[in-house]
Amino acid sequence: MSLRAPLARALHHGTARDGVGHWLIQRVTAAALAPLAIWLLFALLWLPAADYASVSRWIGAGVHPVLLALTVLIGAWHAWLGVQVVIEDYVHGFLPKTIALLCSLFVHVLLASSGVYAVLRIALRSAA
Amino acid sequence: MAERPLSPHITVYRWAYTMTLSILHRISGVALAVALLGFVLWLVSASLGADAYARILPLLIGVPAKLLMALAVAALIYHLCNGLRHLAWDLGWGFERADARRSAALVIAASLIAAAVCIYLIFRPGAGIA
Repeated sequence: MSLRAPLARALHHGTARDGVGHWLIQRVTAAALAPLAIWLLFALLWLPAADYASVSRWIGAGVHPVLLALTVLIGAWHAWLGVQVVIEDYVHGFLPKTIALLCSLFVHVLLASSGVYAVLRIALRSAA
Repeated sequence: MAERPLSPHITVYRWAYTMTLSILHRISGVALAVALLGFVLWLVSASLGADAYARILPLLIGVPAKLLMALAVAALIYHLCNGLRHLAWDLGWGFERADARRSAALVIAASLIAAAVCIYLIFRPGAGIA
């Protein structure tokens, strides 16, 4: 049973009832990203060369495409949640805030989808 | 909807160095979102084939690119170390003021050492991508 008045709910006062979800997903994605980020950092620092052949061979090798796709996907998810909090704190006014939040959502979804697509394309090409 | 409480009322508090770590966590997080954009652009250009990749390759190997990579790596290491500190807090560990200050010092020391090593690797002679 809710103790909030119907008018308060209609005016969007009080809880939106998904705050814990946001908090929790930020932590879960953080925990998933910690080992992925360490792997990616070491892998990129020890990459033998930056030319096309070695880079595409490395991206497509073994479990690398899976780990790369996960890193981009979870990274974009975590970044979206973090940037959302920053926008909510520092961008004021309903319209600017809404526009900033929507732009951030679209950019992060674009990053995740194009990153995963690029990794798959390289991996499938080198597998063929 | 106008008069809602706003969250960061930080100017009313006396400055403590743990606050610097907190704001650095945000700044490094936003920097990493930008770095993710660069990383995805790198992946996409590699997926477009040898010609497309050859066009962006000069951007990857110059000194300005290495400086940007050094910044991104420093941001990643700091955000990772301080993020583990945040996760420990969320599990209820180290929330006393003395503990929080000790872990802050630990995060700073670990980040500086790890970032120094990684930045050396980026600028070492014969470095690959970085």
